[in-house]
Amino acid sequence: MQNDYQLFTKDTQSFIYNLKPAPIQRMLDFDHICKREKPSIAGVIQPGSHGFHKAFFGTKEILIPIYSSISHASSNHPQTDVLINFASFRSAFSSSKEALNSKTINTIAIIAEGMPERETRELITLAKKNKKVVIGPATVGGITAGAFRIGNTAGTIENIISCKLYRPGSVGFVSKSGGLTNEMCNVLARTTDGVYEAIAIGGDSYPGSTMLEHMLRFEQNPEIKMIVGLGELGGNEEYGIIEAKKKGKIKKPVIMWVSGTCAKIFQGEVQFGHAGAKTGKQQESADAKNKALKDAGVIVPNSFEDFDKVIAKTFVSLKLPIKQEPEVPKLPMDYDAAVKKGIIRKTTNFISTISDDRGDEPHYNGIPMSKLIEDDYSIGDVIALLWLKKKLPKYASKFIEICIVIAADHGPAVSGAHNAIVAARAGKDTVSSLCSGLLTIGPRFGGAIDDAAKYFKQACDSEISPEQFVTDMKRKGVNIPGIGHRIKSAKNPDKRVELLKVYAKKNFKDTKYLNYALAVEAETLKKADNLILNVDGCIGVLFIDLFSSCGEFSKEEVNEMVDIGYLNGVFVLARSIGIMGHVFDQKRLKQPLYRHPWDDILFLK
Amino acid sequence: MPRRKIREHDAKKMLAKNLHSYGYPLALDVSLVDEKTDMDKLAKEKPWLKTKKLVVKPDQLIGKKGKNNLILLKAGFDEAKKFIKENMGKTIDVSGVKGALTHFIIEPFVEHDNEYFLAILSQREQDMILFSEKGGVDVEDHWDDVIQIPIPIDANREKIDIGNKLKGISGEQKEKLVLFVRALYNYYVDFGCTYLEMNPLTFDKNDEIVPLGLVCEVDDCEHFKCESKWNGLEFPQPFGRKMYPEEKFVMELDDKTGASLKLTILNPDGKIWILVAGGGASVIYADTVVDLGYGKELGNYGEYSGDPNEEETYQYAKTVIDLATRNPTQLSQDDNVQLTTEKVVNAHYFPQKIIVPIVRKHPNNREHETGNRILLIGGGVANFTNVANTFKGIIRALREAKEKLHKNKMQIYVRRGGPNFEEGLNMMKKLGNEIEIPIEVYGPEANMTKIVDLAIKKLNGGTNAK
Repeated sequence: MQNDYQLFTKDTQSFIYNLKPAPIQRMLDFDHICKREKPSIAGVIQPGSHGFHKAFFGTKEILIPIYSSISHASSNHPQTDVLINFASFRSAFSSSKEALNSKTINTIAIIAEGMPERETRELITLAKKNKKVVIGPATVGGITAGAFRIGNTAGTIENIISCKLYRPGSVGFVSKSGGLTNEMCNVLARTTDGVYEAIAIGGDSYPGSTMLEHMLRFEQNPEIKMIVGLGELGGNEEYGIIEAKKKGKIKKPVIMWVSGTCAKIFQGEVQFGHAGAKTGKQQESADAKNKALKDAGVIVPNSFEDFDKVIAKTFVSLKLPIKQEPEVPKLPMDYDAAVKKGIIRKTTNFISTISDDRGDEPHYNGIPMSKLIEDDYSIGDVIALLWLKKKLPKYASKFIEICIVIAADHGPAVSGAHNAIVAARAGKDTVSSLCSGLLTIGPRFGGAIDDAAKYFKQACDSEISPEQFVTDMKRKGVNIPGIGHRIKSAKNPDKRVELLKVYAKKNFKDTKYLNYALAVEAETLKKADNLILNVDGCIGVLFIDLFSSCGEFSKEEVNEMVDIGYLNGVFVLARSIGIMGHVFDQKRLKQPLYRHPWDDILFLK
Repeated sequence: MPRRKIREHDAKKMLAKNLHSYGYPLALDVSLVDEKTDMDKLAKEKPWLKTKKLVVKPDQLIGKKGKNNLILLKAGFDEAKKFIKENMGKTIDVSGVKGALTHFIIEPFVEHDNEYFLAILSQREQDMILFSEKGGVDVEDHWDDVIQIPIPIDANREKIDIGNKLKGISGEQKEKLVLFVRALYNYYVDFGCTYLEMNPLTFDKNDEIVPLGLVCEVDDCEHFKCESKWNGLEFPQPFGRKMYPEEKFVMELDDKTGASLKLTILNPDGKIWILVAGGGASVIYADTVVDLGYGKELGNYGEYSGDPNEEETYQYAKTVIDLATRNPTQLSQDDNVQLTTEKVVNAHYFPQKIIVPIVRKHPNNREHETGNRILLIGGGVANFTNVANTFKGIIRALREAKEKLHKNKMQIYVRRGGPNFEEGLNMMKKLGNEIEIPIEVYGPEANMTKIVDLAIKKLNGGTNAK
């Protein structure tokens, strides 16, 4: 059972207001090295959100429920009496107020810096009325050794272990500064049997709870044998401690130092309220407070430099029995940290060789984005970098672009565009409509480039005569890919094919495969007028010519490119431009759902 | 965090503009004049300047204006114009703080008999309304007569009993005052005030309330709530505040980053310079130098914290090292450095805010001695700041300053703990060998201020010991 003077025990559970993965993990890591049975976090409160947050509790992962409100969280976890508020200074007040008004939450820690004074003062009044404790605002929180850690208090797990905070010592410590709390945990680990509890009340003018209030708790707690405090200039807080010491409310040895003795060489005035406040600056100075504390029987060093010595001396004088030290706990190292230290390795599941987005700017095949822009890389160059992993000569990149221009669209009636139009008119989004069009690309529509390249290349490389090739294909019952067109014919040639041929003849080092395909065409034209080398076939053989003659690729690489399906990729890429155009066109025209007319369908029984 | 004082002109203008919405219409004529103001043009916009008798006084957060003969009373427009012309830019000395006059407030002169004192202030669990029938410059001499009306922070503001508590005033004036105080208190709360003082407060010949003197302080943490009410309110620098260019540089660096970088030059001729991480720790380092009797030798106060990156740490360290190794006579103070915001030495550690008139010692009180300077690179055990990373910036600055460090026979002491401190400390040790400067290095096993002790022993044992 928890006593009034204990805010935190080994069973204390808390809510974290605002999902902050790092402090959550740090708290759970602390739990693990303290050998807590239950995690110190019962739930996360994140307004407008729900679900679970996954975190490590030792070596295993646990799910921490996320609630959208304090009331929801409290009703599910009535035993949870601590709320650690990571809300910003803008919203910390309302959430803290709600927590102070809840039935089950007794202690809240407010981390935010910059909360208006009046809001803090309202919370102080409310906490007093409801008999609750506020730590902060503007604090890291505090830590009860071996039991409970607020957020990030006491820094890294290595520091916590070196300060032996995984088990209780005999010293109660309280200060304003969170940074110095960490330093003092080190000092106390060096000079005493360690910290029982360390609280940082926060640096604001009006801390939610005062140093005195925590010292009075320390006084009541039989596990705490001595009290250490680090005060600072300004305010009258230390005089409350002096009063309590004088009246015998604090009997345990108190060792304190008030920092800010340097203020006197600043040769300026410390500014408080005004004439009406009648503050009496002198008594708020560090020197005056140190002296008054000393006069009241508090142990005060001559300077911070002697603080550790008087602490050690006082601790020795207590002649406490030596407690048995538990085994120093170990925390499993995080994978990322271990990798950084170079002490573990693992095989990767993925490899990527074409691009890298780590570092300052993305790279395409090793070339930084800025160079791509500065050197005016074209789309053809980029395709070559990402698909072929080469910087191709200008005429080659240009050829890729010509193919894209030529294959970008072929009117609304072809199957790809048609499907996309129907999908767009059914109200589908751009991606869905595009995909429905792309999915028609295959052996009968646009997908013949790879096959054409493959067959022509094989035949040409095997030095089969075009005549023989046509005969062989006929015997196998295979239509020659890249030959034949539904509309175009020898008398009505496909302009696109003409353009490609002209460009290749003019720019390519060699057009061996085109020449072969044209010889095949001469054979097939003998059979029918429309058995021309079509645009797919032409693109196919020209790519083989390009790859084979540009000097960038080995024979094996060229074969592999055909197998992998690079060439159909050119068609898919190009036609996506046209298909999206049709999709946007339909949407722009607000075309309604398309329904195919019955009279265009032959119904049969 | 700090409470900010605002100009009397701004306080009065804001009050007059808004008090009616709290049930008390208050009309105040008030005008602010600065170096750029064309007085004749101003008089066209505000005809009362030529029709009424005027009061002129500086409006630069100066206290005790009456006692310092800084108030022109019952003047005509031309007289006021002449007074301002004569005094604008003039350097005056107020309780030992010197500064130039740059802003004047002009108001109508109000014939009056009684002078009252009215103030509202904030305490931990309550606000306090103070009232005295014996207001004016000597109110502090009659402090026992001041009536205190505490208002619990959660009190119902509508039901606050003011009427039964005000003494020394009666009749219609009292009725008005009760209404006024109630409105003023609501205004005080809603406008994020932390202190409001009307001294004196009086009634004019029509029995209307006039706050003759007004001091107002607001909590700048209320900015996010009061932005539109404050309507661009300025926080002027305290009177007489000037900065060294190095301080201004660090302040600008500080403004640009989420980290905290602070620098105050205490004694350009000092032998001990600190480069310390952390708001709390830095004060303790400065304290310890003072407590061990060497406050006069402390060159600077400063701190870096909140995880500054390597470049920021480098810039900061470079500035401090430069100061620590400079021939002090080269250190010139730029009187023209203007502050746009108030300088807060260390908001976390001095929440009540310290005014720091810079100690301007040079030309030197003593002959400048070269050499035997000490740099303390200190800090507590960091929570999450990567010590090795911040040290990289400092090391870069030290490496660049190699020659200057030699010239000044610089001795460097390092103490730090926290993430990656071993790596950071090793880097410092290596640097010592590399640039052949003595660098003594300590980790969390040593007391935080051990290096202060060592530094002072070194100073004592050195050839230039006192």
